[in-house]
Amino acid sequence: MSTQTASLSTPTTARAAGPAPAAKDLSQQRQKEMLADYFEKLTRAKEAGQKIVYTFVPGNLNELIAAAGMMNVLPEINALQSGMRGRSGGYITEAEKHGHSEDVCTYVKCDIGMMLNGNIGPTGTKLPEPDLLLLSYTGCFTFMKWFELLREHYKCPVAMLHVPYQPEGRITPDMRKYIVDQLEKSIIPALEKVSGRKLDRDDLAARMALSSKAEDDLVAVWESAKHTPSPIDGYFGGVYYIGPIFSAFRGTQGAVEYYRELRAEVEERIRLGLGPVGPDGPIGPERHRLVVEGPPNWTSFFDFWRMFSRENAVVCASTYTRVGGLYDLGFRHDPDRALESLAEYCLGCYTNLGLPSRIDLLEKYIREYQADGFLINSVKSCNSFSAGQLLILQELEKRTGVPGGFIESDLVDPRYFGKANIDNRLQSYFQMLDARKARGYA
Amino acid sequence: MSAPTDPCAPLLARAEALLEDLSLHGVAAWKAAHGGAPAIGIMPVFAPRPLFEAIGVLPVNIYGGGDRVDVIKGDAYYQSYICHIPRSTIEMGLGGQLDALDGMVFPSTCDVIRNLSGMWRMLFPQKYSAYLDLPQTFEAPLGGLFYRHELSRIAAELVARGARPLDADRLREAIIVENRRRALLADLASLRAREPWRLKASEAYLLTRAGAVLPCAEHIELLEAFLAAAPERPVRAYDNVRVIVLGAFCEQPPIGLIRTLERSGCDLVDDDFQLGLCAIDGAIPLDEDVGDQSPLDTHDPLDALVLSYTLRGQATATRYIADGVKGEALVNRVRTLGAEGVILAAPSFCDPALLDQPMIEQALNDAGIPFTSFKYAENSAQFQTIREQAGAFSDSVKLWGAA
Amino acid sequence: MKCVVGIDLGSTTTKAVLLDTEEGRILGQGITNSRSNYEVASAVARQEALTAARFRLLSEALHHGVDAATADRMQERLMLAFRHELFLTQLDGLAAALQATITAVVPLERRPEYHRAAELVIEAAVTFADAAFVPGAARKSDFFKDLASEAMAVAAAAICERTGVKYERLIGVFDRAILDVEREVTAFEFETLLVRAARRALATYEPEARAAAETHLLGAVEQTNAVVLDEVAFVGTGYGRQTLPFPKEAVRSEILCHGRGAHRFFPGTRTVLDIGGQDTKAIQVDEHGVVTSFQMNDRCAAGCGRYLGYIADELNLGLHELGPLALGAKRVVKVNSTCTVFAGAELRERLSVGERREDILAGLHRAIMLRAMSLLARSGGVRNQLTFTGGVGKNPMATRVLRELVTESYSADVDLNLHPDSIYMGALGAALFAFDDHRAGRAIVPTALRALYEKAEPDACAGDCGCEGGADKESCHA
Repeated sequence: MSTQTASLSTPTTARAAGPAPAAKDLSQQRQKEMLADYFEKLTRAKEAGQKIVYTFVPGNLNELIAAAGMMNVLPEINALQSGMRGRSGGYITEAEKHGHSEDVCTYVKCDIGMMLNGNIGPTGTKLPEPDLLLLSYTGCFTFMKWFELLREHYKCPVAMLHVPYQPEGRITPDMRKYIVDQLEKSIIPALEKVSGRKLDRDDLAARMALSSKAEDDLVAVWESAKHTPSPIDGYFGGVYYIGPIFSAFRGTQGAVEYYRELRAEVEERIRLGLGPVGPDGPIGPERHRLVVEGPPNWTSFFDFWRMFSRENAVVCASTYTRVGGLYDLGFRHDPDRALESLAEYCLGCYTNLGLPSRIDLLEKYIREYQADGFLINSVKSCNSFSAGQLLILQELEKRTGVPGGFIESDLVDPRYFGKANIDNRLQSYFQMLDARKARGYA
Repeated sequence: MSAPTDPCAPLLARAEALLEDLSLHGVAAWKAAHGGAPAIGIMPVFAPRPLFEAIGVLPVNIYGGGDRVDVIKGDAYYQSYICHIPRSTIEMGLGGQLDALDGMVFPSTCDVIRNLSGMWRMLFPQKYSAYLDLPQTFEAPLGGLFYRHELSRIAAELVARGARPLDADRLREAIIVENRRRALLADLASLRAREPWRLKASEAYLLTRAGAVLPCAEHIELLEAFLAAAPERPVRAYDNVRVIVLGAFCEQPPIGLIRTLERSGCDLVDDDFQLGLCAIDGAIPLDEDVGDQSPLDTHDPLDALVLSYTLRGQATATRYIADGVKGEALVNRVRTLGAEGVILAAPSFCDPALLDQPMIEQALNDAGIPFTSFKYAENSAQFQTIREQAGAFSDSVKLWGAA
Repeated sequence: MKCVVGIDLGSTTTKAVLLDTEEGRILGQGITNSRSNYEVASAVARQEALTAARFRLLSEALHHGVDAATADRMQERLMLAFRHELFLTQLDGLAAALQATITAVVPLERRPEYHRAAELVIEAAVTFADAAFVPGAARKSDFFKDLASEAMAVAAAAICERTGVKYERLIGVFDRAILDVEREVTAFEFETLLVRAARRALATYEPEARAAAETHLLGAVEQTNAVVLDEVAFVGTGYGRQTLPFPKEAVRSEILCHGRGAHRFFPGTRTVLDIGGQDTKAIQVDEHGVVTSFQMNDRCAAGCGRYLGYIADELNLGLHELGPLALGAKRVVKVNSTCTVFAGAELRERLSVGERREDILAGLHRAIMLRAMSLLARSGGVRNQLTFTGGVGKNPMATRVLRELVTESYSADVDLNLHPDSIYMGALGAALFAFDDHRAGRAIVPTALRALYEKAEPDACAGDCGCEGGADKESCHA
């Protein structure tokens, strides 16, 4: 079982393509065990009478789901795992054979293809079917279509949580009230109906207190990258760090311990003056500090990472690692205002912010993390991220004077990762950064 | 002997001229005639026009540049895998063709239109720019109230741009006029379904589209004039395959493409082109009894406007179908209109339409309704393949129907 | 004479540029088809550039002490004769390759007739060359493969008839042999070949003029042959640069090289547009030629040179014929898609509705340049001067449309720079980087390439760099 375990933290392909970063670290080991344990429980969920909720990462209501006595399954995570395990190409083809357009989101097609192929999850065992689809409609229009499609297949109830967009980067009382009202009048009753028991509000508050603790430590880990040299890679490495809190573990003691341990390890790296560990071991002396906008490509994750690590380019901050919550802007889950803070959490996910706010955030990262470049990985699948990125590029260059790079790939469609092409652009970009530095540009 | 003249020809010519008025000269003229009152663009799919008319604002539905704008700057902002409408819209904005507008409203249609709202804010900081978050929950105390706040907010914000404050009496008036238009659009639809040779889809398209740039009262005049003259049109009945077109609710196909479909043996008896003008089934329920919708009340015109969307919004890909069945509305329309097939025509890279399509196809399959599908862009120039495909489809439907 | 080398390994052609280390003057430029073997392509391009550099020296010597017309005539004949000699040398390689191929693929009992056919092929090529390398004769290409294939196309049928070898079989053997030849660099000693070429050139003179010409010509040849071109730094770039037998430090991105090269030709330019076969690049450079930002076409290759290639194929025309044809348009047909996948369909549909070929082509050119304009806008727009490079830069319709669009979108005051040697921009930029490297004392001479070219031992390091030049070393610092 454990050797088959794949998770956000320890994809099985990592072994073939290169060691996972800091493989010896305790936190890494702990994360692996947490996920193995979770998937093990999922496998036995049905026989244990455990109810299953499928939901999405941005705006997920993990504490609420757990307090209602249910377990979550995250189709996005399954899709990215399929990508890392080299399965996504086949799944996507399968979905396209069933009438899905080549134009649309490959997470959706990968998930549908996996479903059509027996719903075998990242651990190699069949995932339990959902008892409820909790559609947290946050920051991505496609989420709605995705669960409409799953509903056709599973014929199970759907609970829709409509999270308004933040066009001006601020949360109005109307928005918050709309969500809290939905939680009270529609989501909680739906969860209670499926679980067959009343929501334990004390349990909810206790879980949110745990969330908040882990969030403090996660922010410290993110912000450790403000040091030069950065002890972490905030993008490729960052996706490992967000694993527990973005998946099933927010609001658990396990996550609190994981992030405490991780933070200690990172602080130790700072003390020793160490840089991050890349796919092939420690990365050489820091040559470029970058901010990255956009999700990574999962099908060639390690090849992609190598294009950076080989050049000693370190990503100090990334927006992708904020899709599950912008904790570094100060948000914390608050046990005293449980539903209000859940509402604010949903509203505050990165892709739920208007474009001007996204640019402000990127500008802040470029300045605060002292980046000498920023890079946009524009993924075909995700219009929520991608539509407007060329304006982001232009505006950030104008505001910061820091040159931007632009590459294109996809989340999990291997057909859209042009290795030579991307490598070519990245090398050109890094060389341009060098040439500019040699000429004394900022 | 000269051919009998078509009394509707001048009306259709006027409508086509409005379609071709990409630089919005008509809107500029309206503003000049109304003391510089504001005009606001509305991106697809839907925003309630009476709200704007009630506060003295001319709502203008913007459908991109179609096939008549060379896109340079717009392409500079979009990757190749994104649909065409935002490109041509930005091109027109940067090229000054939308200068007559005082602002834009971006409804929550999809991620592309959503993000365009932020881009617009940055590219045209001097203009008003609003995102209209349409609800995806439809209970009055939830989505209903939220939507009411959204509409009030936009109306209030527009006061700073020269609009009148929202006033219940004026809104009531605007809704009454809008309901008159809705009735005429329904007449137009039934004429087309009854006698598609008397009102072709491309003509219905032009007549409806005129409403995108005209004040409601003027649009009513045009529709009334057409409906009055239609019986006198020198037309001949023919036997085509009756089809419904679905998927073209946002980025519009070029009019040439609609005509191509007509020429390939299909009578388009219904469609979801420019859905924004037709997104509500029936009338806005002002003073109607619609059951308990508290805290909303149909005697309040703004509540009535809200309820028209939450209760009567048409099933479309951008709207969450809470308890309904995907494709059910379409199958019902096929039955009601006696259609024989469906053409699923979606813009390339249109997430809502294309993600919906497998579910719609399933529903059509289950109902035994033949369908075909293709993709287009607003600037598609090649109709040959579509002509062949639609021709083959209509032939097969005839054979299939006869068998 | 010390010089530095820049090599641009493109998807279609490979280019090399030689600069002297004193002032960075361009000594020579060479180009060859990239073929399947990039290493050989770069060695050949370099050889061509060296040859050009020597001819440049030769030209200077020839122009010394006689009137320009006489010197020009002499130079032209000598150049032609040299090409001719080089062709014959390469033909020796082909002869050997043909025999080897026959031994490898033809059954023993059939070999005699094939060997005979191969001899006839070579004879035919020699005859062909005699006619091709005379003053005024038109040659479509100077690439050996093209010339030999042309000769073969002319003679094959007759040879088959004479020898009884099946046509398809002979072509098969020939193609395989050509591939083998292309996989190797023809070794020749420039000095020897030049002397032979001088003799051949002199033979074309009338007897009464020959003696005077002989003294001057052989003097100049001797003077040229006395100069040693010592390559002290290399930099490689281009689409295939990863496959160059160069260490990482000696490889630069083609973006940087294109920007730098264009800036060398046009120091006032701040924007460079390059449309090549596979991609389109919009580059912004500063007053030193340093790239400050760039954009490449996205994953979709619509609107690149390849698109015109498809169109040319569809119309059964040469690529170079499209532009001039489009200039004859009476109106511009509106074309909205530059998708390479639909290129043929779009064209056929237009033709089927009766549009003129010229008018459609005008529309296609416009569509391509509209995409390029978008890319320029993405990269930061066009400032004072725009330099247009790459294969499409040679297309007169493309440049005309670009001029119009730049005027529409920016200003009529923007200078549009075109250069006949724009295809060498990347290689020139690479050479300029090599020049910098040499000046900074970090120059690199990849011994692998030198070995390939000179058939020398891999430790052919100049020896003054302190490196050990071991056989296992990929490179050394010169």
